[in-house]
Amino acid sequence: MNAIEIKNLTKKYKDVVAVDNLCLDITSGELFSLLGVNGAGKTTTIKMLCGLTAPTSGDAFLNGNSIITNTPAVKNIIAISPQETAVAPALSVKENLELMCGIYGFGKEITRQKIAELTALLGLKDVIGKKAGKLSGGYQRKLSIAMALICEPKILFLDEPTLGLDVLARSDLWDIIRALKGKITIILTTHYMEEAEALSDRIGIMKDGKLLICDTAENIKKIAGTDNFEQAFINIVKGVAK
Amino acid sequence: MRTITFATRNTKEMLRDPLTLAFGLGFPLVLILLLSAIQANIPVELFKIEQLAPGITVFGLAFMSLFSATLISKDRNSSFLVRLYTTPLSPVDFILGYTLPIIPLSIAQSVICYIAAIVLGLEITVNILYAIIFIIPVSILYIALGLLCGSVLTDKQVGGVCGALLTNLSAWLSGVWFDLELVGGAFKKIAYALPFVHAVEMQRAILSGNFSGIFPHVWWVLGYAFVLLTLAVLLFLRQMKKH
Repeated sequence: MNAIEIKNLTKKYKDVVAVDNLCLDITSGELFSLLGVNGAGKTTTIKMLCGLTAPTSGDAFLNGNSIITNTPAVKNIIAISPQETAVAPALSVKENLELMCGIYGFGKEITRQKIAELTALLGLKDVIGKKAGKLSGGYQRKLSIAMALICEPKILFLDEPTLGLDVLARSDLWDIIRALKGKITIILTTHYMEEAEALSDRIGIMKDGKLLICDTAENIKKIAGTDNFEQAFINIVKGVAK
Repeated sequence: MRTITFATRNTKEMLRDPLTLAFGLGFPLVLILLLSAIQANIPVELFKIEQLAPGITVFGLAFMSLFSATLISKDRNSSFLVRLYTTPLSPVDFILGYTLPIIPLSIAQSVICYIAAIVLGLEITVNILYAIIFIIPVSILYIALGLLCGSVLTDKQVGGVCGALLTNLSAWLSGVWFDLELVGGAFKKIAYALPFVHAVEMQRAILSGNFSGIFPHVWWVLGYAFVLLTLAVLLFLRQMKKH
């Protein structure tokens, strides 16, 4: 079953085509990575899928709900962990999670359970009383993902989740993302090729708003004629793939 | 319920910022004490406590604009709002969530100013209570300015526009620090075309028990509050849609 069906999705800003006639299906439980150089159209695609930006033409269906005609239903099944950590800095970890529970209208008992589950899953127990603004980058990212998971989304958008993290913090987050794999559909954008290769079921590479290729990391390497995924990405983006 | 949850978060964010307490509550207090000390040595009609206290309560609200604008612009720049835009929060939740927490803060600021004024010799009358109640429409005016600036400016720009420009405009064009008659001409006309001096004169009239004296000032305050709030809501919704 497809979690996401993108049909001829296009976004134009005056004379710039940010996303050009994108067609793509992503199956339920899949971890799909969207790669591309800056300005390739990844963030615009995600913003359209989240209902944050209206497409110029085309449509996308998330669990069958149109992003144009049924945005509230789309918002009920998605969550996003934006590129910036997007946490409330003066609130503690617990208060940030309580805030999200309150926004989704959860009662006290469910809130308590969810906070216990998510702090355990994301390793936030030791910092639960600390203010989010005082946390390290790694912990802020974990909190950001925990806040996104509060509503038990069917589809989770992770926009460059490991940007600026050290090796250990990145490894921790990879483990968390792996633990989520298969349970929810994850759309990941990243500039780290090894991250996409290690985590993804399939990878889409975008350039100038167009999807150049969409396949597994292994097949992309074969098509690009190299054993190195980063080189495969470069070959495809530069148009020198075989 | 969602509105209250979001408003509670915004209240905590503001109250936990030491600058909020320092400038929002401390600075107006310092001004009252300082200007009263000047008045004690060199008597100036304008700095008599019954004239000064209402002016300071209005001037202090400029900091409320700064706090709300800073919070909104930081939420925009940190993508916190992007996260919340994908939740069931509605535009009304956002507007009320940013607006409601400032009203009790404004009242608290006003109460503290009047307590200080009483200590400095202001006669205790029921008019103080009325003046505090009538600070609410003035605070809505300043909240609207904060919402407006926060919706279109970055947090650095907010510091310049609300922190410097608005506080100075509120000071110079309100008749708190000097009598506008002394300058006269175009300066006075501009001042009376803006809401700040009307807010101060309305407060002074209430405190003195001259209730007919609140007119036409109250209409200027309410008119500006309505127009600015409408504009602020439209600009907030526009930036929301742009996301």
